[in-house]
Amino acid sequence: MSNANFKYIGKHRRAVEHRRFVVGEGNFAADIHLRGMLHVAILASPYAHAKIKSIDGSAALAMPGVHTVITGADLFADTDAILPGVDAPLVKRYPMAIDIARYAGEWVAAVVADTRALAEDAVELLDVEYEVLDHVIDPEDALSPSSPLIHQAHGSNIIFKRKFTWGEVDQHFSECDHEISYRVRWSRNSTVPIETFAVACNWNDSTQIIDVWASIQMPKFPDQLAKALRLDGNAVRVHFDVDVGGSYGLKRGLKHSIVVAYLARKLNRPVRFVEDRLENMRGGDMQGPDRIFDVTLGFNSDGVIRSMRMRAVDDIGAYSGRSPLQLGKPVGAIIGPYRIQSVEYEAIAVMTNKTPQEAVRGFGQSPTNYAIETGVDKIARFLKLDRIEIRNKNLIGKDEFPYLIPSGTSYDSGDYETVLKKALNEAPLSELIAERDRLRQSGLLAGIGISTCLEPSGGNSSFEPLFNPKNVTTTWMDSCFIRIDLSGSITAIMGTSTSGQAHETLVSTVVGEILDRPPDDIRVLHADSLNALPSNSPVGSRMAIMLGGAAAGAAKKLRSKLLTIAAYSLAMSPEALEYCEGNFISKQDPTKKISWAELVEIAHRKFHELPPLLEPGLQEKFVWEVPTGGALPSADGRVQMYPCHSFEAHVLLASIDPETGIVKIYKYICGHDCGVMISPDVVHGMTYGGIAHGLGAALLEKFSFSDEGQLLSGTFMDYLLPSSHEVPAITIVDHCTPSPLTEFGQKGSGEAGYLGSPAAIASAVNDALAERNISINTLPMTPDAIWTALHEHELEA
Amino acid sequence: MNTVSVQIIVNGTLYAKEIESRMTLVDFLRDELGLTGTHAGCEHGVCGACSILLNDEPIRSCCIFAVQADGMAVTTVEGLALGRGQLSKIQDAFCEKHALQCGYCTPGMLIACHDLIKHTPHPSAEEVREAISSNICRCTGYQQIVDAVLYATDPKGATHE
Repeated sequence: MSNANFKYIGKHRRAVEHRRFVVGEGNFAADIHLRGMLHVAILASPYAHAKIKSIDGSAALAMPGVHTVITGADLFADTDAILPGVDAPLVKRYPMAIDIARYAGEWVAAVVADTRALAEDAVELLDVEYEVLDHVIDPEDALSPSSPLIHQAHGSNIIFKRKFTWGEVDQHFSECDHEISYRVRWSRNSTVPIETFAVACNWNDSTQIIDVWASIQMPKFPDQLAKALRLDGNAVRVHFDVDVGGSYGLKRGLKHSIVVAYLARKLNRPVRFVEDRLENMRGGDMQGPDRIFDVTLGFNSDGVIRSMRMRAVDDIGAYSGRSPLQLGKPVGAIIGPYRIQSVEYEAIAVMTNKTPQEAVRGFGQSPTNYAIETGVDKIARFLKLDRIEIRNKNLIGKDEFPYLIPSGTSYDSGDYETVLKKALNEAPLSELIAERDRLRQSGLLAGIGISTCLEPSGGNSSFEPLFNPKNVTTTWMDSCFIRIDLSGSITAIMGTSTSGQAHETLVSTVVGEILDRPPDDIRVLHADSLNALPSNSPVGSRMAIMLGGAAAGAAKKLRSKLLTIAAYSLAMSPEALEYCEGNFISKQDPTKKISWAELVEIAHRKFHELPPLLEPGLQEKFVWEVPTGGALPSADGRVQMYPCHSFEAHVLLASIDPETGIVKIYKYICGHDCGVMISPDVVHGMTYGGIAHGLGAALLEKFSFSDEGQLLSGTFMDYLLPSSHEVPAITIVDHCTPSPLTEFGQKGSGEAGYLGSPAAIASAVNDALAERNISINTLPMTPDAIWTALHEHELEA
Repeated sequence: MNTVSVQIIVNGTLYAKEIESRMTLVDFLRDELGLTGTHAGCEHGVCGACSILLNDEPIRSCCIFAVQADGMAVTTVEGLALGRGQLSKIQDAFCEKHALQCGYCTPGMLIACHDLIKHTPHPSAEEVREAISSNICRCTGYQQIVDAVLYATDPKGATHE
């Protein structure tokens, strides 16, 4: 199946969403302004671990314009705790500290005032007495039984620990010629959207509905919010037509929304909270994976990798949400794109006195890919084999699909070797090598980076039952509702918000394709949560597959209904008719036809001309289960994780200035196969952006903490985001291996680029450093880290 | 509370307001005038999302008090198009080349690109990268923004970096 078979899919089309954004008419949560709206400012704990002995809000409350002061005690009394994701009921989490603050930045109190500025003034007047407690910042220290406990009641800082063994690991290792062990460190970074989290709420005493406008990207957000607020689900109305200013998995401001909804209800006034940048970085609970990987690979002298042992310790910070599950999703691609026959995987989520971790693009896959790819490069170096050759030896062949991996997931399709080859040819490799040598002659260190990895897509929630036996969720459906109105116009309705993925463009393209109507004439709306069909939000690279599939399903039902009406009206069999641009024409006699307008007229007005038993009007819904979903994990933890598997091969040339440690990228090529692309501009855009995001993780971005647990990188002067100076021009080479599991052969691409670029950039840096016989196994490889590594080496020499 | 009277021309319209002296220009535009096209990103002058033109010079509206703009002329993203329903060349190019995703940094990016084109009608890719290097975008990796500016400024039509 190629794009040529489609009329609208795979073609350049202006995204529907762009028009409102380029003229400044987006509808972001911070743009919501309601009459009489009040504003929130937060007091955060200055200590990493402290008992709150008393909070005196009287001076703040006495200020004119201040409406209320709330603390954790209020929320403890009137709301329910946020669920911890795994089975750890004694790790209680509320939006604000209850008696004990467990990280610097944790919310201790909130003030509501007429303006944000006034609220901030009042926060200055809050008087809190703390008793500082022992804290632990290092995750390995936190594992020790002698460590201070973050949650005394839980009895341990380990919130999840399980060792999985899939296949004959011991036997395979004993049969291997060699094994190599190494440690890699993925430091704490995040997606850091330019929009912070914002939420506005309004309570109506008569209807008993809380209206919520939030910059949210979160599965089951309305349900969780209702549960925490002790409200029925139908009392919470989340408006999904809010434009979200970037998320990439992260925007899960459940605690923010609980507080603001609670305040709006308490005060019976609209209330809004917009994080400032420090609040977002420190107390927004939106930092990402923070991992130590200890890996052993067993392999033969010819470079064939047989088995892997991986221990991953993830520092989730002071509280748990979705974060431990980020060790679970990579189970679905735990061998990467390679024919590794058996795996032992120990996943450990540990708590420390740091900001809690939240879901980040790839849901833990990019760190895991980096850990695997580092090992593949190390084997190549050990065996003195070419890094491309060793990959070609181990990549799963295009004729081996569907390919069942040891941990129970079946890879749907792919042609990894070809994609890698296309990327290398595009470079071309010979030129990269020549250029690398020129750079080396000029006094720089220079290296070529390679990575090959997977992007599991079509996200379902198989990691939930895998990591929590009490959670037996086996569906993560998505839905679309389509109506054709009396004027013949088409409106499609989706049930979640969008944070840059151009879902309106996706849905209108798909519906246009199926109904053969111009996509630009199809309107796509975001329902609110009370009139929406179920959705699990745009996580896990799922919307091209799941929302695209749901939209196609509903459109096909409508086309089928139109056919039924047409056949009845023309007194012909449905098989005798051909569909073209909304009209049905007899295949035998082109004079026999019925138009879109006539069909719409019959459906909406002429019940007497409708086939018997047919529902009047033209409206259909389709709710789609994730393909291959629906099963619980086996006892030994084998599970079908995501259904579809996109592939990417990264190739780049980089140099290091040995005087400064600064890395410069000269050429960057990404071979990418996500099956059929519905919106190529969107796919390419996300891939470019993902590579840039990965560049940040590889070279720049880190949430650093002092020994006292103070965040040292709470501004953009300390937490460095890649600019157009750091991000090079990127060439994407497309390849299309359709997925057999989806409507058009599409796979996901929302995490594209990010899943392989940190590994590839690290590979280039270490290739450059190989000249000096050193390597760095910790991200980010900042100029300081590289300079230090070079300097230490010189000292040793 | 210290208040102060200001008169500021925004997108060609004169606004006279009594405001708190500590109010930043970005808050003035968004909260006092309801011009929410300009976005606050970091509020410490790094990300560039709040960029506007002040007397035709691009500045960060988060790092200046509104009172400092008294008697001056501001252009925001809402004022870039020639008229209602129209797009400027660079706005049109951003749509054509998919130079945005979530749209949050876009107002600042458009201001930066608008200013570049005014001074350098036919920039090279390197000049575009230099011009947008003080605006952070988390979605695009900048590639399609560079493409859009080259497209908008190439009289022959579509180009690719």
